[in-house]
Amino acid sequence: MSLWQKHAIFEKNSIILVIGILIVVAIGGLVEAVPLFYMKNTIEKVDGMRPYTPLELAGRNIYVREGCYLCHSQMIRPLRDEVERYGHYSLAAESMYDRPFQWGSKRTGPDLARVGGKYSDDWHRDHLRDPRSVVPGSVMPNYAWLEKTELDYQHIDQDLAVNATLGVPYTPEMIANAQKDVVTQATADSPDAAELAKRYPKVNARDFDGDPKHITEADALIAYLQMLGTLVDFKLYDDKANIR
Amino acid sequence: MATAPAIKRMTFGEGGSALAFTALALLSIVIAAKAYTPGYAFHAFLFSAASVGAVFTIFNRYFDRSAERPPLEIGGKPNYNMGPVKFASLAAVFWGIAGFTVGLYIACELAFPFLNLDIPYITFGRLRPLHTSAVIFAFGGNVLVASSLYVVQRTCRARMVGDIAPWFVVLGYNFFIVIAGSGYLFGITQSKEYAEPEWYSDLLLTVVWVTYFLVFLGTIMRRKEPHIYVANWFYLAFILTIAILHLGNNPAIPVSIFSPKSYIAWAGVQDAMVQWWYGHNAVGFFLTAGFLAIMYYFIPKRADRPVYSYRLSIIHFWALIFLYIWAGPHHLHYTALPDWAQTLGMTFSIMLWMPSWGGMINGIMTLSGAWDKLRTDPVLRMMVVSVAFYGMSTFEGPMMSVKIVNSLSHYTDWTIGHVHSGALGWVGYISFGALYCLVPWLWNRPLYSLKLVNWHFWLSTIGIVLYITSMWVSGILQGLMWRAYTSLGFLEYSFVETVEAMHPFYVIRALGGFLFLCGALLMAFNIWKTVTSEESVTAQAALVPAE
Repeated sequence: MSLWQKHAIFEKNSIILVIGILIVVAIGGLVEAVPLFYMKNTIEKVDGMRPYTPLELAGRNIYVREGCYLCHSQMIRPLRDEVERYGHYSLAAESMYDRPFQWGSKRTGPDLARVGGKYSDDWHRDHLRDPRSVVPGSVMPNYAWLEKTELDYQHIDQDLAVNATLGVPYTPEMIANAQKDVVTQATADSPDAAELAKRYPKVNARDFDGDPKHITEADALIAYLQMLGTLVDFKLYDDKANIR
Repeated sequence: MATAPAIKRMTFGEGGSALAFTALALLSIVIAAKAYTPGYAFHAFLFSAASVGAVFTIFNRYFDRSAERPPLEIGGKPNYNMGPVKFASLAAVFWGIAGFTVGLYIACELAFPFLNLDIPYITFGRLRPLHTSAVIFAFGGNVLVASSLYVVQRTCRARMVGDIAPWFVVLGYNFFIVIAGSGYLFGITQSKEYAEPEWYSDLLLTVVWVTYFLVFLGTIMRRKEPHIYVANWFYLAFILTIAILHLGNNPAIPVSIFSPKSYIAWAGVQDAMVQWWYGHNAVGFFLTAGFLAIMYYFIPKRADRPVYSYRLSIIHFWALIFLYIWAGPHHLHYTALPDWAQTLGMTFSIMLWMPSWGGMINGIMTLSGAWDKLRTDPVLRMMVVSVAFYGMSTFEGPMMSVKIVNSLSHYTDWTIGHVHSGALGWVGYISFGALYCLVPWLWNRPLYSLKLVNWHFWLSTIGIVLYITSMWVSGILQGLMWRAYTSLGFLEYSFVETVEAMHPFYVIRALGGFLFLCGALLMAFNIWKTVTSEESVTAQAALVPAE
């Protein structure tokens, strides 16, 4: 009996065909994905990574909601021009708390992995309101409503709690203070800023959107953008230590 | 033989689903009342309205039907259940037009950004997932559901399994699309490309998909033919693997049952790997295996020739489904994904070229001895050109997965062009061809106009050519501009200069999309005229599949 005839076993028995398909399609995914969860060299050991503050997380959720990732990557490749244009290539460690990841797949606009601190808050506010007022050739939509929309953060502690369940190192203290920390971070010269900075090192705490009376979606989004890529200090980072 | 008239009883399926929908309606009303966001409340209302509608329909149908269940055979011939197939065919036409229109609009937004109109709901970032989901899952998905449920019945010579279940699959799937699509406009998305729907839409899809699998497999088990036809292998691989991918990519914990927002179980680099394992195999199994099944049934039927090589189809099948799964990491070249995974992804992507072309050869060579039909039958021509596009994009794909090529092409419009040569050329044309075959077979009428099919073919071919050539130029141009240096060793172009350089190509792309949409509108008109015509086919025997 030739090998070809043996194939009839799949053609004549639907359950064997189903099992065959399951085995054949399982292999590749298992080999590629599973080791990433236990191989220690997948994520570099770096200093400085911390979970997002509640305001940054709210800003990140707006970034996700508006589909920013469809035009902006957050993944600098180790190529000469990219490193010169955007900064140090991205590390896996820098997105270890990102659920979901925002590496993106298309650069209709520039990479944002290290946009934090590159522009002023005012620039970001103007740019979100009317991108062409600061970058005439831009094709980005106007996001003028963000600075007019009050940020909804009444459930942000639940967001932190869910992240903690999934393994992001939010402490019970961080969760309990989540709403308060939103207000502290979005207020200039808040008396609680030191306490916030103890929970979240390197945090930027100020009024981001130029409207001290309201905590808006623009506050949250700019707070998020201004911290992107700023947590790891690459003056101290030893890239030889993490050669994989 | 006189038997007592059967006593009319509610079946388990009718009673059970009526109960389940009642429970869902009540739950949805509670959620709607306490929802955190208006968009989610609106969705909960839709869920409750749809559930109430389902309960009402189930009872209405029960009171209208006779006591006996529909027979499996009438006069020794299978009593096919084509109602759900008809629905999905027309839904595919509707969603196709919707998806192409949104695609055209966002193409125009990129060329002329004022078209975002400062309206949150129609910004590029919210419409783009609507476009991709509408064309892939709504248009492509309905074509797959319709064709698979048609093909499995005909090739197994058996009535589809289930009574409520097939309708639940078709209506539930389209309801999922409404929920997912309207969610994007409200900003309800989990931002995983081609898997944007949030947790509750994912749950709905899971239930629908498992039902789809059971209906499909059950019908195969009921077959009168000893062998399972090759198209059904591909459909089965498509349904099974999409289920695995959906479950693997979407495990998430919602913030609350009253919130549309959830956080995904995977993070960072692992999430990236899982996402592109999903993403590339949404291409491999949804947009390839499923449509190859269409190729393996509709091209032989239409050309009236047997499949070119049985052995090639065996190799093609197993090699394709084995290799495709590995290809995901080529979306992550030079990223923070470990190199070993990138190298595996690249290697398998290159190997994938072989089974892909094996399939193409099997499809095109099926025309051996019937090449003359390409001149006279525009429907067949559409399907054969579709397979040619398949060959082209499955060569381009492995080439782009080579790391050195990818360093240029990644993040640029070249990727967009590549996707569209596959999506418009391969998936679009094989779907149009299948619909032009299916509708006359289902409604038992001749196609209204072959001349219009010809117009559809040429309009959309010009559209595709404009689309992919403009994206090649803009992608390669932008990639080269990003890495251009002056003689003094500085980067030559600022980012926005590379954006400005894209403008003419974005306009040409939009024009290509417009022509493609025009072609699809001709198809919609043609199909509408076919369905609503009075005339019925007399020579019906010619249309019964030979299997």
